[in-house]
Amino acid sequence: MSERERKTNMSRIVVDPVSRIEGHLRIEANLDGGKITDAWSSGTMFRGIEMILEGRDPREAWIWAQRICGVCTVVHAIASVRAVEDALQIEVPDNARIVRNIISGAQMVQDHVIHFYHLHALDWVDVASALKADPVKTSSIAQSISDCEKSSANYFRGIQKRVKGVVDSGQLSLFASGYWGHPAYTLPPEVNLLAVAHYLEALSWQKDFIRLHAVLGGKNPHPQSFLVGGMTTAMDPNEPAAVINPERIDLLLDLCRGAKKFVDEYYIPDVLAIAPMYKDWLTRGEGLGNFLSYGDYSSGNQNDPSTFLFPRGIVMGRDISKVLPVDPSKITESVAHSWYEYEGGDANPLHPSKGETKPKYSGPKAPYEHLDVDAKYSWLKAPRYDGKPMEVGPLARMVVGYAAGKKEIRDAVNGALKALNAPPSVLFSTLGRIAARALEAQLMANQLEGWVNELSSNLAHGKTTIFNPVRWDPGSWPSSASGHGWHEAPRGSLGHWVEIEGKAIKNYQAVVPTTWNAGPRDAQGQRGAYEMSLMNTPVADPNRPLEILRTIHSFDPCIACAVHVIDAQGREYTIPRVA
Amino acid sequence: MLENNLESALKSRGFSRRQLVKFCSATLATLALPERYLAQTVAAVSKVRKPVLVWLQFQDCTGCSESMLRSSHPEVADVVLDLLSWEYHEVIMAGAGAAANHVLDRVVKEEKGKYIVVVEGAIPTGADGMYCTIGGRTALDIANQVCSNAAATIAVGACAFDGGLVRAKPNPTGALGVHEAVPGLKVINMAGCPHNPANTAAVLVHYLTFHDVPDLDQYNRPLFAYGRVIHDQCERRAHFDAGRFVTEWGDEAHRKGWCLYKMGCKGPEATFNCPIVQWNDHTSWPIRAGHGCIGCASPRFWDHMSPFYDRLPSVPGFGVEASAGMLGVGMVGAAIAGVTVHGLIRTIKPIPYPADVRTGEEN
Repeated sequence: MSERERKTNMSRIVVDPVSRIEGHLRIEANLDGGKITDAWSSGTMFRGIEMILEGRDPREAWIWAQRICGVCTVVHAIASVRAVEDALQIEVPDNARIVRNIISGAQMVQDHVIHFYHLHALDWVDVASALKADPVKTSSIAQSISDCEKSSANYFRGIQKRVKGVVDSGQLSLFASGYWGHPAYTLPPEVNLLAVAHYLEALSWQKDFIRLHAVLGGKNPHPQSFLVGGMTTAMDPNEPAAVINPERIDLLLDLCRGAKKFVDEYYIPDVLAIAPMYKDWLTRGEGLGNFLSYGDYSSGNQNDPSTFLFPRGIVMGRDISKVLPVDPSKITESVAHSWYEYEGGDANPLHPSKGETKPKYSGPKAPYEHLDVDAKYSWLKAPRYDGKPMEVGPLARMVVGYAAGKKEIRDAVNGALKALNAPPSVLFSTLGRIAARALEAQLMANQLEGWVNELSSNLAHGKTTIFNPVRWDPGSWPSSASGHGWHEAPRGSLGHWVEIEGKAIKNYQAVVPTTWNAGPRDAQGQRGAYEMSLMNTPVADPNRPLEILRTIHSFDPCIACAVHVIDAQGREYTIPRVA
Repeated sequence: MLENNLESALKSRGFSRRQLVKFCSATLATLALPERYLAQTVAAVSKVRKPVLVWLQFQDCTGCSESMLRSSHPEVADVVLDLLSWEYHEVIMAGAGAAANHVLDRVVKEEKGKYIVVVEGAIPTGADGMYCTIGGRTALDIANQVCSNAAATIAVGACAFDGGLVRAKPNPTGALGVHEAVPGLKVINMAGCPHNPANTAAVLVHYLTFHDVPDLDQYNRPLFAYGRVIHDQCERRAHFDAGRFVTEWGDEAHRKGWCLYKMGCKGPEATFNCPIVQWNDHTSWPIRAGHGCIGCASPRFWDHMSPFYDRLPSVPGFGVEASAGMLGVGMVGAAIAGVTVHGLIRTIKPIPYPADVRTGEEN
């Protein structure tokens, strides 16, 4: 606690663990007059995967890097193969681009659905209240918002009975620790029942849909079909054992159509039904107002951002009248409040290419009550763009795409704003993040079938090349090389940088979405996106800080991704080649 | 009478008897147990008072949690709501912060000696354990308390098994698997990156039914899942025996599904039931997807099985007998260990790992 806190009556709220996220996150916040007056975000786990990668074969870096995260399981694999391909100047065949788009697009849709129903919904939906619902009324609500077939009163009665069985048993399982009855839950019982039913439907759907990753990668989590230079998904129109053949195409199409149906009939209608009942949250949780998107999902040449579904660009200060270009040399990382040391002094932020990191824990000894937030307080670094903190993720992609005039994105956003009868400014909010994620899931679900059809057409026309062998043999490599790979992951802009020397990884670095969003303060004291978004948030009951969860969860935190180290030996990187 | 009680207990949970029997049958199939155990299994999993489970996450990627959510037989919702009272699991539980910590404290106190704990992720011992804290406590402290008071500890995934990727050299955080970080525990190791949820669900059901764990190998991994060499179960095995190999990614041999041995496949040195159970509702597995096996269920696989694209130095001979013999010592040892620990869950002592596995950091 700070001196000022000790002298005043401010109370400190601690949420640790922040559950329903990936990884280990701690939030400390000051409460004064029922509102949050300051907040600190701390990542409390460190592994050092980039150190483990040093000296290994860059062709297999993706297998290791993929394990940075098992929730957004494919994103680090993609960024990794792209980084090595960039370093070794390998062009991947068009089929590999398409398969990667399908795999990562499917990841995005599935991840967003799981986030909404299983990681976020319980911040808005009171499970206990669902028991009081009239299933007949729930049925009529369901039928008024969606064409979904499972909408009869009997269906909802069955769900209610199942939940009642769990509650009556006195063993509430996953629901044992919820803030049920909290005054901030304001949905009518019938909508709560609808959402609980769809929580269960989504739980079943996510595992069925992600069979797509098993088809194209052998398993999920951690599909195993990437290669530096392409994919292992061999294509042949006449081979039963080919990974991609006409029978597999049909299965892929079926799965993609199912995803579109689920997003159209469950996810979008549920978001649009719940959002208007929480209108206060269209103006809360605004955050920084600075947005970054590397852009991704090419329809042709992955090196040409004009072919991207999600445009590359920057929007500063909520000014959607202009999109600024992304200049990679303006990216820096600060460790002023992170448990690392810089040789040139912790006050000076460094470009990732000159990064040096020595993990050094200097926080309180466990068990502890509070972090020393005036000093270092997180395993996350604080990335900055041109010295400014930035938000990344679905909202950043929708804001940048909207500002850039990308038609699909403008239409989707305008449609949602019309449905909510709200101006574009509501995007900069907790609910804005939720809506942006849903719209993005729909945009992506609409793309998937087209990509499978492209693949099918290539298969039918004998275009089956899936791998470029030109640089597979390390004997063909230069003595040293460096490169970077970027990807728009479900949670935002992801970059991997690799330096190769003597056929082995000399240095490896990942700068990931949640580091941008969840990072701590920098040397100037500028708050990160989470910290800023909590400012002025009202908290009705400090012992049950539901409101903090609402805004933090709206970012979809992924902390295992966010904690990384560049190089424990403190050696310098060469400057990565960037487009 | 029992039947009636069972029916009504099930009905009150909105769970049909047909669903229950189907799920138990599937589980018996995974465990390779005869159908005559069905009635016993059904009765055990439909107890009115459900056993409590807590799932701890330490130095993890949450991939093993996600893998559990992909469980198709039984359905994930049936596992977490009906089979067990799944009370603590950070990635999916309702409560956070103090409310979550309170649940864990309550379970440890009120269910002492009765609950099951699943651990995901490695446990750091460097920097006094400060590389992983939850609620201001170190992972090591939490694991010591929660695992020591449990009826059984199940380590899921490579990281909880033996430190996994986090423990790969140079092991920057001093990471260890659960059985090493908390010595003396009865740990059932569900190795793999990630674990296969069909296997873990089967172990849970087996435990609920027989109050015991399936036969284990020398690494405390269930034999039904880890007792066979992948190479011997592989759908591409006929191509190996016939000398038909993929020699370049995407070549004709690759399109035809020939053997991946020359592309670095570790199937001949690895055990797992991956080829049989497969993944994601039996949809596929890595070799089917055209990539070699990386031996992810093997001890210290990150250091011992890599480089993943280098061909194994020698897989002698062709034919089932020869390759099984090649693995001779390890597998025979596994079978014997399995027999000796059967039925002795409460007296299991940690089985010493081979020196090269245990000494970690330097190799």
